[in-house]
Amino acid sequence: MKIELTEDQLKMQAEFREFVDNDIIPFAAESDREERMHPKVLEKIIEKGYIGSMLPVEYGGMGMDMVTLGILNEEVGRGCSSARSLLTVHGMVALAILRWGTKEQKQYWLPKMAKGEIIGAFGLTEPNVGSDAKSVEASAVEEDDFYIINGHKKWTTMGQIADVFLIFARCNDKPTAFLVEKDRAGFSTTPMKGLMGARASMIAELHLDTCRIPKENLVGKVGAGLSHVALACLDYGRYTVAWGCVGLGQACLEASIKYSRKRKQFGTPLRENQLIQQLITKMLVNVKAARLLCYNAGYLKEIGDPDTIMETWVAKYFASKMVNEVASEAVQIHGGNGCHSDYPVERYYRDARINEIIEGTTQMHEVLIAMNAFRTI
Amino acid sequence: MENVEMKIRKFLSRFFRKHELQGNEDIFSLGFVNSLFAMQLVMFLEKEFGITVDTKDLDLENFRTLNAIVSFIDKKKVEV
Ligand SMILES: Cc1cc2nc3c(=O)[nH]c(=O)nc-3n(C[C@H](O)[C@H](O)[C@H](O)COP(=O)(O)OP(=O)(O)OC[C@H]3O[C@@H](n4cnc5c(N)ncnc54)[C@H](O)[C@@H]3O)c2cc1C
Repeated sequence: MKIELTEDQLKMQAEFREFVDNDIIPFAAESDREERMHPKVLEKIIEKGYIGSMLPVEYGGMGMDMVTLGILNEEVGRGCSSARSLLTVHGMVALAILRWGTKEQKQYWLPKMAKGEIIGAFGLTEPNVGSDAKSVEASAVEEDDFYIINGHKKWTTMGQIADVFLIFARCNDKPTAFLVEKDRAGFSTTPMKGLMGARASMIAELHLDTCRIPKENLVGKVGAGLSHVALACLDYGRYTVAWGCVGLGQACLEASIKYSRKRKQFGTPLRENQLIQQLITKMLVNVKAARLLCYNAGYLKEIGDPDTIMETWVAKYFASKMVNEVASEAVQIHGGNGCHSDYPVERYYRDARINEIIEGTTQMHEVLIAMNAFRTI
Repeated sequence: MENVEMKIRKFLSRFFRKHELQGNEDIFSLGFVNSLFAMQLVMFLEKEFGITVDTKDLDLENFRTLNAIVSFIDKKKVEV
């Protein structure tokens, strides 16, 4: 057994780190405050090619291995949770097309998505349907060479700026995935404001009102929408969210170490205080443990082992809970300053909270991981 | 041929603890597998047998029983 990054992976990690320090972190607070992704951030992510990080070279993507892809999401998550969520949802749509799309769909969409000319968003959740995804109410009816979709989606990350939406709707009463372009008649979006964390995720509600799409926009088969299409997307989604949590945890740790070196109380820096040392130890060990779970899931993906699917659930579960503890400890170490937007840990704390809700809530993970344990142990 | 069946049986046995799966038993109606199983099975078949499961293969009849999976693999291997 060998757990170490290759020379190439280390090189990429340094490149990502520098990119995030220079081109993402300087805009993160403003994006959060204004509830909008700063256009410069999107521009830079596209310019660097990271928007196509998850796509193979043959479609103009970066063809990263799964571990390098994880490190990218860790680093971006260290700087800005909303920017990481852009990579997550865009990648989910791109990978759905790569995995289950027709040759024509792949040739049309993937090169544009790899270059960021087209941004994708993932429309599964509805006002009445969240965790119980198989019960989506949106409907698709076949009519001549078209599907007619009616439905209402909510919480769609990047919904305000996306060009193409992967929409899940019932067709012959079975969950099915469709691509819906933003300019289709009958399709409209309403921006959502007021998010607690990941506030620059540009979330929107989607309205499909007798929206007519050509039959070629079906992804996979009728009835395979959840079992194959969504599950493949959500595996990448959970993987990148888990890595984003590791990055966010790392940001909390780094900020806390810096602060406890500088801040003095009772005549000594906080770092001399053993209770602060205990907090730092807990944070550090937790971040490292989550990172190892992510490496494990990534390695299994890389070798095509089906166990990666469960291991990704495990990694996401642990990492999202971990980052909530770690962010709370970072606020604690910062005292009053931790409660104010002058210090980034205030944002980290709010951003952390989102991770236990998205890509399957903590409770859905607990149900599934336990069920799997009872089945296999 | 037997080899293919044995490999698939071994993979499936992880989900069917203590249950001796019959060749023509409906895997999906036994209540052992969950919503992740379909993708796990696809990944396993692709890696183990070097095939690609694509959209036209997404027919439950290809995966419903051990025998069906074995003949699906045989069919796919000829295509390659
Ligand atoms: C910032 C943000 C971005 C998002 N982006 C997207 C996106 O891009 N695309 C998209 O489709 N969706 C998106 N979502 C939606 C997200 O996936 C859902 O919020 C999530 O799946 C939970 O669904 P829900 O909110 O309806 O909660 P519910 O399903 O109503 O759950 C409410 C509570 O009940 C618990 N619960 C529910 N069922 C059970 C059960 N059987 N056992 C135990 N506990 C249970 C849940 O764990 C939760 O604590 C986003 C959400 C947020 C906050």
